[in-house]
Amino acid sequence: MQRPTVRLNRWFLPLLAAASFGISSIVVTIPMASAPGDFNFVGAAALGVVIYAILSFLITLIAQGPRVAQDRMMTTLVLVAFGIAVIPLVSLISTVVTLGLARFDGEFFGSSMRNVVGEGGGALHAIIGTLEITALAALISIPVGLLTAIYLVEYGRGRLARSVTALVDVMTGIPSIVAGLFAFSVFALFLGPGIRMGFAGAVALSVLMTPVVVRSSEEMLRIVPMELREASYALGVPKWLTVLKVVLPTAVAGLVTGIMISIARVIGETAPLLIVAGFTQSMNYNPFSERMMTLPVFVYYSYASQGADTQSYIDRAWAGALTLIVIVMVLNLGARIISRIARPHTSR
Amino acid sequence: MAKRIELKNVNVFYGDFRAVDDVTLDIEPRTVTAFIGPSGCGKSTLLRTLNRMHEVIPGAFVEGKVMMDGRNLYGADVDPVEVRRQVGMVFQRPNPFPTMSIRDNVLAGYKLNNSRVSKGDADSVVEKSLKHANLWKEVKDRLDKPGGGLSGGQQQRLCIARAIAVEPEVLLMDEPTSALDPISTLAIEDLVSELKKDYTIVIVTHNMQQAGRISDKTAFFNIAGTGEPGKLIEFDETATIFSNPNEKMTEDYISGRFG
Repeated sequence: MQRPTVRLNRWFLPLLAAASFGISSIVVTIPMASAPGDFNFVGAAALGVVIYAILSFLITLIAQGPRVAQDRMMTTLVLVAFGIAVIPLVSLISTVVTLGLARFDGEFFGSSMRNVVGEGGGALHAIIGTLEITALAALISIPVGLLTAIYLVEYGRGRLARSVTALVDVMTGIPSIVAGLFAFSVFALFLGPGIRMGFAGAVALSVLMTPVVVRSSEEMLRIVPMELREASYALGVPKWLTVLKVVLPTAVAGLVTGIMISIARVIGETAPLLIVAGFTQSMNYNPFSERMMTLPVFVYYSYASQGADTQSYIDRAWAGALTLIVIVMVLNLGARIISRIARPHTSR
Repeated sequence: MAKRIELKNVNVFYGDFRAVDDVTLDIEPRTVTAFIGPSGCGKSTLLRTLNRMHEVIPGAFVEGKVMMDGRNLYGADVDPVEVRRQVGMVFQRPNPFPTMSIRDNVLAGYKLNNSRVSKGDADSVVEKSLKHANLWKEVKDRLDKPGGGLSGGQQQRLCIARAIAVEPEVLLMDEPTSALDPISTLAIEDLVSELKKDYTIVIVTHNMQQAGRISDKTAFFNIAGTGEPGKLIEFDETATIFSNPNEKMTEDYISGRFG
């Protein structure tokens, strides 16, 4: 039996959505007559979604039958789930941007906090510290992590490979504060108690970063098809050259992405840096001596120990947070560009 | 160039599992030898022992002798990498390197081995190999385009060009046309007949008409059941195998009574 199919006008769904939100706005406004207050956006949006879901389902059911109606219902549910997932992100970014822009100025990027007690001052010392410490951590973690992943995928067999995998799993679970204490005790052992330096912070971060690099690189190397390795072996190419010239170039896009994720993972670490890199108001370009400020610690201290002029401390904290987000975004963007350039070309 | 291959009591294992049992056969230079048989009978496995690709799989090993012009490929002093430089291989599924252009794919045997080739030599190798593989006309204007952008049949011919660019002595083909349409298959069969002038070719195929069309000699393999090793049942001139086989099992398989 052929069900008569009715095509809905393409403006139907958008109009229905608009109408649903209109109705919900009115419904939400009614109680305000007796108890005046701010317009309840969240309530209106939630009610609007529910009205839209029910109406679109019923109308589609009558006009187009149960299969299309179910499809529409599921589409609505998926979109709502997506919306709920995005809300915290949008809220976080808008909060940080609106509050951070107050001090997102030249002075913030051009000066340290030395001799600043009230307004002004900046986070140059923290930005430099974060960049240097993260770069050093990456310099330690990327070679170690990448080589470990290559070992596990291409060479590792038997008990040794299994125990390396198990140890990497354990390392992934190390709390960051423990990594900080580990780095502190190692450096205190050799350089005496009370030692603070940027490099120790980099070591602590690399403890956290290495397992992430290993895990993501391992996944990426494993999805390189065995056929490509065999094609290379069959041409009489030794194994190490196959890894170097076939496996790594094929996986490079994924490797870069994984490494960037691992950098993003550690760049916002606060706890270990609080312990080993310390806290300072002054510039320090040398990661191998003296305390070094980092952005997360800067944000934490600005917020935790507000001076006499409270507002300027809070403004600097938000500007620091915004800077951190911008750095991570720039890194991500860079990673995307690199992986786009390096991606294997398979399109027709 | 082309070499004679003699297999003497070859047993092939995957760990504890014996995949191929006691195979002895001679492959003449400048001939096409076809391995046929039902799935799982060990013909691809045996093929992969001829260039020591079998041992790439963890736990896999080979017993017996594979003599190439009198030299045992499994001798203690033989480097598998050296063997693979002399014995080229074409796989079941086309596998051009996705990161390389068509030109670089043909030159992969040199480039991946860090061999220095002058631009003029490289150009002539690329042209000769692609012409040999019957692909030159189709790709000569887009040699710098990625190899993955070609059609399946073209990719397979690119893989053949890549295998013959390094001028091996023997060419192994593991069901090279099973993923291709009839026209590409025909192109590759023509190519095999052409390449026979210079190379010793061993081809594994599920397509018996193909074995009948292109091979000089045919080896028929079979297994008694799952978990049993594959055995060489009969090895003879292709014409004999297909018209008047000695073994009942061969006749049953050829005539489509099983497999």
